[in-house]
Amino acid sequence: MLLAFALLLLFQCLGEGITFLFGLPVPGPVIGMLVLLAALVAFPRLHEVIEAGANELLRHLSLLYVPAGVGVIVAASSGRGQWLAIVAAVVVSTLATMAVTGVVLQALSKSEQPAREKRDA
Amino acid sequence: MPDFSQLRFSELGHFWVYLAASPLLGLTLTLCAYVFAQWVYGKAKMSPLANPVLIAVAIVSLVLLASGMSYQRYFSGAQFVHFLLGPATVALAVPLARQVPRLRRHLFPLICALLSGCVTAIVSAVGVALLLGASPQLARTVAPKSATTPIAMAVSEHLGGVPALTAVMVIVTGIFGSITAKFLFNAMRVESHAARGLALGVAAHGVGTARAFQVSAEMGAYAGLGMGLNGVLTALIAPWLVPLMLGWMGR
Repeated sequence: MLLAFALLLLFQCLGEGITFLFGLPVPGPVIGMLVLLAALVAFPRLHEVIEAGANELLRHLSLLYVPAGVGVIVAASSGRGQWLAIVAAVVVSTLATMAVTGVVLQALSKSEQPAREKRDA
Repeated sequence: MPDFSQLRFSELGHFWVYLAASPLLGLTLTLCAYVFAQWVYGKAKMSPLANPVLIAVAIVSLVLLASGMSYQRYFSGAQFVHFLLGPATVALAVPLARQVPRLRRHLFPLICALLSGCVTAIVSAVGVALLLGASPQLARTVAPKSATTPIAMAVSEHLGGVPALTAVMVIVTGIFGSITAKFLFNAMRVESHAARGLALGVAAHGVGTARAFQVSAEMGAYAGLGMGLNGVLTALIAPWLVPLMLGWMGR
């Protein structure tokens, strides 16, 4: 558990370092995730060390968004004008994005292997 | 004879001032609100309408409002929870690595779905905002709203938006997506957990991914993939797509 957490922080540092060195517009933790993914694919035995700790952290992913979420309420109550445009943009765009992504993946996966998916449904 | 009730009340006041000044209170409040929200979520049979982030945020906000504690003071405690977002993002590689053999087989559909989702997110957000009379700066602010918070803020800054306001829109997007996803997918007959998960991750980043993990490990893994890759894609595409759109729409 402790070793897993240390490894996660280590890969985050690695990600931050790469982002800083190359001036990437992508945040360090995302680069860290991609580097860890490559490491896990290259050394499958790493799974045993990191899996339990990582899953424990991911199980409570919702909790980690609470502090930022409270900031939303604070910002919203001090906001001014143009809220209709913002709310409409967020609502329409979120629904459209989910619909397009889901439909495209499902349609293309089905055409690849029609028989199995049919039976599952 | 001293007035005991008066004394006790003022001591309680001192106690509150003392507690509120230390990070302990913000942290305790966050965890207790979340534990309660999880309990409600379980009681509601994991209905998306009882989204635990939404409930916990509402409780904490009400307590802050009622007690007059400032957000800065609350965050001095809550930042310890907030900090864990970094390692949690890295941890997404673990369920993702488990799905690698499947990802390899479905590489082409995945790339198509990711690209179309990422472009839809940016184009529809900027388009709707501009059509409803938002300023170009506001359109730049809303453009990266489906990417995960740190990426969205970086992209917003790069585009000339307002990063703090982008963070607000990102969280609202995540909560709204998590609540509506199930109903939208049912209506559109998107059934596979892979497609549902990927769509949740692409559109509603980490909050959607958290919801997906509560439904199934497979959905969570695809959501994590969608969130991670959409973050990277948004960072790559938005800086040239958004100015292009502003040009088309005469801004």
